[in-house]
Amino acid sequence: MVVAEIQSLAQAVSLLVHDGDCVALEGFTHLIPVAAGQEIIRQRRRELTLVRLTPDIVFDQMIGMGCARKVIFGWGGNPGVGSLHRFRDAIEHGWPHPIEIEEHSHAGLANRFAAAASGLPFAVLRGYFGTGLMGRLDTVRPVTCPFTGESLAAVAALHPDVTIIHAQQADRDGNVLMWGITGVNKEAVLAATRVLVTVEEIVDELKPPAGGVVLPSWVVDSVATAPGGTYPSYTAGYSVRDNAEYLRWDAISRDRDAFVAWIEEHVMRGSAVPA
Amino acid sequence: MTATSATGSAAPAALPYDRDDMMIVAAARALRGVRVCFVGIGLPSTAANLARATDNPDLVLVYESGTIGAKPTRLPLSIGDGELADTADTVVSVPEIFNYWLQGGRIEVGFLGAAQMDRFANLNSTVVGDYDHPSVRLPGAGGAPEIAGSCGEVIVLIRQSRRTFVETLDFRSTVGYGDGPDDRARLGLTGRGPSLVITDLGLLRPDPDTRELTMVSLHPGVTFEDARAATPWELKVAPGLEVTEPPNAHELAELRALLATQGQDGRRG
Repeated sequence: MVVAEIQSLAQAVSLLVHDGDCVALEGFTHLIPVAAGQEIIRQRRRELTLVRLTPDIVFDQMIGMGCARKVIFGWGGNPGVGSLHRFRDAIEHGWPHPIEIEEHSHAGLANRFAAAASGLPFAVLRGYFGTGLMGRLDTVRPVTCPFTGESLAAVAALHPDVTIIHAQQADRDGNVLMWGITGVNKEAVLAATRVLVTVEEIVDELKPPAGGVVLPSWVVDSVATAPGGTYPSYTAGYSVRDNAEYLRWDAISRDRDAFVAWIEEHVMRGSAVPA
Repeated sequence: MTATSATGSAAPAALPYDRDDMMIVAAARALRGVRVCFVGIGLPSTAANLARATDNPDLVLVYESGTIGAKPTRLPLSIGDGELADTADTVVSVPEIFNYWLQGGRIEVGFLGAAQMDRFANLNSTVVGDYDHPSVRLPGAGGAPEIAGSCGEVIVLIRQSRRTFVETLDFRSTVGYGDGPDDRARLGLTGRGPSLVITDLGLLRPDPDTRELTMVSLHPGVTFEDARAATPWELKVAPGLEVTEPPNAHELAELRALLATQGQDGRRG
């Protein structure tokens, strides 16, 4: 499609996310697309390869509900709190089923998106050598600099079938505006075959602030409004991070039954976004 | 340096600070004269903000969320807190913070913590037990490997015990000095590596020749026997072992004020 369709989140997920897809949900510590992840849970997508630098609560929920076959990530904790208990339970005890993991450094995974966005087969960085990750990953290999002879790490381009991000605004043509900490969102979008952006609101005209990032409509497939759709993460200009909810999640997610009951109540029966 | 002569020093019976306070204050002092540091959440963030509040008000804080020159008025719970972006000189993307600013050699000091550390200051933040069948799956390396690789020098904050100090790491997430003095050059790591390890018991620095960590200072009230008992390998000690200067009233007052800005315990490591 030439310009983005403005659709409901349920429609957009139904059209763009299929069983078995490689799905990146980005948003580095800000603009985390929680509502979209929960819609994927509601639509019971399975066998997904899920990609995020920082899995956060949204992947904890998706993994715990059995959406993931594999997780590609950099740091799988509850920021400032501790563990992601559903993520750990899947790795340590295979609940609800075993998952495969592919673990990178943040720099390595960010560069995998950047390579794909650049139309290159790999990106180069100083990293991985001497760590336990080197030699364990098919997507990281040593490469010799043709100019200096230095040995460097090559990381394979990562092309998600779908990238999902959250942004502050879109206009009626589907042009997208985000600001604040934008993480690796632009690279993840430009690396993907299909792109879904959830936004706080549709506005008549985008007025980018200093440091604002605009994604033109023609690199986006679907735009769906999901006000508050990053909760308990946040959207600069619209909401603040609910640190207490991250602490509460620690208790909810420790116990399988408490977790399932929470998902039933807050996700399967509708929206987890507070009114 | 943050230590005074051991001669004649005796810790008061009831100290108005605990060992976490001592770690944070020692870390803040280690930032004297530093212009730019890369900061993670927990003790490092608290220490870096304490340095700004005490004797390094112009210290530039860089968080891996891309916030450069953040000047938070309250301690963040996550590296992506809005406060960091709102108060930053500029906010850049994640690929940019790693590629241009960190790998580009713009950061003088990086702070790291870990679940395990060995005698060459290599760090594990990945698993306890076997990688494929871990008894505890830890969050993983995140930004640490490149911080340790490319910052001018690295300061490690870690509590000292036989659980955290280990003969052999269960997994090497992050390289300190590898297997010895030549490894960083061989691996192509551009930074100088860990220059200081701050524990709840004292301070360690790498031996200039072997790079093995050596106890250079003990915090007040801590004996070398305490440190040795908390270390599974034969702990080396510097010839002029010192006693760390305890936190002064100004440092403690600023630390209390900082911690009060965060609802929960801001010292979580």
